Amino acid sequence: MAKEVSPGVLALRKVVDDVHADARKAKAEGKLVGWSSSKFPCELAAAFDLDVMYPENQAAGIAANRDGEIMCQAAEDLGFDNDICGYARISLAYAAGKRAARKFDPETLEYIIDPNSGKPLKDENGKVIIGEDGKPVKDPKTQQPYTVLVDIHEIEALPDGALKDKYWESIKPYRQMRIPQPDFVLCCNNICNCMTKWYENIARMCNIPLIMIDIPYNNTVEVHDSNVAYVRAQFDAAIKQLEELTGKKFDEKKFEQACANANRTASAWLRVCDYLQYKPAPYSGFDLFNHMADIVTARAKVQAAEAFELLEKDLEIAIKEGTTTTPFPEKYRVMFEGIPCWPKLPDLFKPLKANGVNVTAVVYAPAFGFVYEDLDGMARAYYKAPNSVCIEQGVDWREGICRDNKVDGVLVHYNRSCKPWSGYMAEMQRRFTADLGIPCAGFDGDQADPRNFNAAQYETRVQGLVEAMEQNAMNKEG
Amino acid sequence: MSIETMMKEFQAIAYNPNKQLADFKAQGKKVIGVLPYYAPEELVYAAGMVPMGMWGSNNKTISRAKEYCATFYCTIAQLALEMLLDGTMDQLDGVITPTICDTLRPMSQNFRVAIGDKIPTIFLAHPQNRFASWGLQFCIDQYTNVRKMLDQISGHEMTDEDIRNAIKVYNASRAARREFVKLANDHCDVVTPTLRSAVLKASYFMLKDEYTAKLVALNEELKKLPVCDWKGVKVVTSGIIVDNPKLLAIFEENNIAIAADDVAHESRSFRVDAAEDGDPMMALAKQFADVDYEVLLYDPKSSENRRGEFVANMVKESGAQGLILFMQQFCDPEEMEYPYLKKALDAEGIPHIKLGVDQQMRDFGQASTAIQAFADVL
Ligand code: SF4
Ligand code: SF4
Repeated sequence: MAKEVSPGVLALRKVVDDVHADARKAKAEGKLVGWSSSKFPCELAAAFDLDVMYPENQAAGIAANRDGEIMCQAAEDLGFDNDICGYARISLAYAAGKRAARKFDPETLEYIIDPNSGKPLKDENGKVIIGEDGKPVKDPKTQQPYTVLVDIHEIEALPDGALKDKYWESIKPYRQMRIPQPDFVLCCNNICNCMTKWYENIARMCNIPLIMIDIPYNNTVEVHDSNVAYVRAQFDAAIKQLEELTGKKFDEKKFEQACANANRTASAWLRVCDYLQYKPAPYSGFDLFNHMADIVTARAKVQAAEAFELLEKDLEIAIKEGTTTTPFPEKYRVMFEGIPCWPKLPDLFKPLKANGVNVTAVVYAPAFGFVYEDLDGMARAYYKAPNSVCIEQGVDWREGICRDNKVDGVLVHYNRSCKPWSGYMAEMQRRFTADLGIPCAGFDGDQADPRNFNAAQYETRVQGLVEAMEQNAMNKEG
Repeated sequence: MSIETMMKEFQAIAYNPNKQLADFKAQGKKVIGVLPYYAPEELVYAAGMVPMGMWGSNNKTISRAKEYCATFYCTIAQLALEMLLDGTMDQLDGVITPTICDTLRPMSQNFRVAIGDKIPTIFLAHPQNRFASWGLQFCIDQYTNVRKMLDQISGHEMTDEDIRNAIKVYNASRAARREFVKLANDHCDVVTPTLRSAVLKASYFMLKDEYTAKLVALNEELKKLPVCDWKGVKVVTSGIIVDNPKLLAIFEENNIAIAADDVAHESRSFRVDAAEDGDPMMALAKQFADVDYEVLLYDPKSSENRRGEFVANMVKESGAQGLILFMQQFCDPEEMEYPYLKKALDAEGIPHIKLGVDQQMRDFGQASTAIQAFADVL
């Protein structure tokens, strides 16, 4: 499935790589590096030039790199129940110093290859080579060492030397397994209250300050002035805390620039999302999940805005030329509800591809595309996070994109990790069907812990949805 | 009246909330269901109505609630919804739905949607950043919404004086319960774990002035008894709710007394009083801000392990030899704070066990074995 990668996508990847590289550099230079929840107002940290990493985004990356299970297990061994959100578990294990690493022989310092890893070796005709044992031969170039868990505090305690160096090197090299430990944490619980105690735990483990912006749940579509005043006051308090932390004064200019960038990024993001309205769509909504990293980690940076604008141009060309990056003809269009199962992306994709189902709407589009004009507007914007809004707002967002993006059905992820997200999903499904006349199908999964996903159940549910969409289409024609 | 009879009266009330509800309604009173946690019940009382706690049920099974909830939500929330759907709560005149955890947040929507126009729901979102003037103000704003809705339901406006009076009644009730908890420790031969739980639980189904009068009378009788020379073991209980008689019977079978508790349904709910003078709405907001050592609430000194140490200290001071944590299934706030509770207990050399429970549990064989084994090592 080798896709040609567009300049916009490349630019977006670079933005995220740079954010991580900058943070590693800052840490090496002895500067402060923070960890922040994805919907903490990053504009505030940007006004102080702080380097910030995002545990949710990191956890998604770790899960997508198939280390979700070992990290979740590490958190469970620390006493965190396996009921807790997988992102939180991965992040807490990481904060405690646990890392997924490549196994090596402490005598020879050579990595120990897992014979089960790797892709099958193919001959010149592209045929899989079968070994003497009747099993496909593995391509040695694609084989990986066993994954083991290491602890940075234990490594630190080792005497200096080759063994210690090897341990450091053995930590998996992808960026999410290499983010610096935090010097402070920024918590905003608009998306969930799990955040509150998760970040308190990090503060405790690392003995670092926590800056808290509390955004309570909202029962109305409108955000009342009382709620805005509460959040505004917290912005001011957070600024004071950041001044104390950094020893710098709040830089109004930088703040305004960050806000302008964030608005520009959000607008460009929304326009990119809107390209999914075209039929057929020029790309798969699954790609939006990949670009989430930019929206989360870099939305206040001008580079992110520029990269999304570049992607917009790519999409414009794709529409003109009638091309799409979706690797199959689009037969049905669905909204994917919830966070994907990161460790199981190929499994998620397979039956969709087989049935010509393209994801042309994801809830992240409206949920992260907030644009505001002033500080009150910013408070209001942060009040409207995916899981802080009432059912009417939640339904309205989704039905809006379902209509605009012309979906034929909804695939609902009952995400074992995310109680706030899955909490009123059943009622939402009923409303989608009643209001839009489209079928919905739910499946059980987890965004980070692969143990909670059942591929067979998923395939059956997708099949059921496809049949219902087919029937719906026939009824319409008939 | 003998102590035994007095406690049995509490028990009859604790085990028959339906009868209480029907009796209140028969007296022409309006009744407001109050979901966990930290709703300002004082306002309901001030409005001349009866607040009744809704903490799930030990006798129901989730069935209709399944139409709203995936399986991975605690039974407390799901069974509360079940009772709103199956008619148990039809006589209520309103329901207060706080939203302090990730289950109650979306459940507030399910409650509102599921009961439709049948019963008005009163939404409540507490502030976590609750200490500074703006946090208090937000809490007051929220409580003011609750107050207005209650006025609508009662049909008349409560005055500040009504609220001040309610605060006095509630402070007295909290003080009586705190005293009872101490006396229950001193007289754990008489106040068995089952009776202790029933006495405290009854508070959720009675008007507080009546409850307090009864409890003060019980406390007076208990004070007359000699402090018991307990030969069994003593523990502190911890968790959201520990009220299942079958579970508590296991304590008795193994000669385990409850020295103190860190249970949300029990002591966590009556640790903090409100000021009796000044602006009563501010007093209630301050009271909420003063709630501390709480798995559900933000602790600005989060880099310390204050809650864990507080509970460990409670074990030591109450004379207990260990702690039993009843972990409600799917309760992520409790689960999230377990590792640091464990750390604090371990640091003090306090043994503990963690038992998974939920309100649909009917077979306590495993729990019994675990508790028995734990008692043996204490
Ligand atoms: S919103 Fe859901 S998935 Fe995200 S951190 Fe909170 S509980 Fe986890
Ligand atoms: S038991 Fe836990 S999850 Fe359930 S309502 Fe209470 S705090 Fe929330």
